[in-house]
Amino acid sequence: MSATLPHEQEHSRRHWYLRGVRATFSIPGLILSSAFVGFAGLAKAAGLTLWQSVFMVGVVWALPAKVVLIGAILSGASLPAAAFAVALSSIRLMPMVVALVPEMRTERTPRWVLYALSHFVAITSWVLAMEQLSSVPREMRTTFYAGLGGTLVLANMVLVGVIYVLADSFPPMVMAGLLLLTPIYFLTSLWGSAREGAAHVAMGLGIVGGPLVHFVAPSFDLLITGFVCGSLAFLWHKAGRVKISA
Amino acid sequence: MTFTALQYWWWPYLFILVAGWLATDVWRYLGVYFGGRAAENSDVIVFIRCVATALVAAVIGNLVVFPSGALADTSLILRIVAMAAGFVAYLLVQRRIVVGIAAAEVVLFAGLLLG
Repeated sequence: MSATLPHEQEHSRRHWYLRGVRATFSIPGLILSSAFVGFAGLAKAAGLTLWQSVFMVGVVWALPAKVVLIGAILSGASLPAAAFAVALSSIRLMPMVVALVPEMRTERTPRWVLYALSHFVAITSWVLAMEQLSSVPREMRTTFYAGLGGTLVLANMVLVGVIYVLADSFPPMVMAGLLLLTPIYFLTSLWGSAREGAAHVAMGLGIVGGPLVHFVAPSFDLLITGFVCGSLAFLWHKAGRVKISA
Repeated sequence: MTFTALQYWWWPYLFILVAGWLATDVWRYLGVYFGGRAAENSDVIVFIRCVATALVAAVIGNLVVFPSGALADTSLILRIVAMAAGFVAYLLVQRRIVVGIAAAEVVLFAGLLLG
């Protein structure tokens, strides 16, 4: 594949873009969509308008960041506090992009292409890309990812818009079920994406700590819980290392 | 300056842009910039991952304990039991997220129908 002639490459560029689009329609893609159905319900319950919800899907994209942002809006956080909480919850995007870029890049890939494509990075598209990029010719990987990431974002923007409009006609029980989708999706996907045991400790502490801290400091609950429980998990991680090496 | 502080139509969008888009894409852009240079398992990255994970876990906890909309009309015990059932099912059945989601929803609906 690496020795394709220019005109063949033009042809196969479209082919690989469509292959990326098709990769969207997969089990992880479907699960993500169910979480976005839940997000639409959450955004509506939080008082966002239709266009604000769809806008948020497009510009933020990462679901944990959006849920943190909604959480901050609900608890009446100020703009700087909300931005700080969202930024903290999204630091994980950096190592993910750091890992993905070498997979996609060739010597001739323009920088702006990588910056533009990085916007599509979130858990699901990242997992799909890391899984499938190795079977895509290197010069076609950015094209493939543009198809994959772009379709995921657009499809879920449309989905959130449709569910937002339809939500009023859902019985309360269905709405309750929709609103439970986000936490259960995060609980399981976050547990599965953990790289080290410390992440599971951080999850256990955070899930209990969050609501407890919320009683004391509702506007800063996420930041305080993140720092305190995250630090404790990190200390646990370091203590484990010392024990093993001693 | 909260989300509802100003009545202008553009204020919520600006809020979402700054607190949402800027706060997430800055990390993605830094990731491209550093592409391949940062060590995945350095202490700094592990610490950052711990804080980020605890923060998202706090959001999960809050969504269950202080839910909004129709979920707020269900009992706290039922929500916790549904989440626990989903999590256990996920762990038992080859860590399949679909199984976890299905189990949590079944328990929630069963609880709502029986309650």
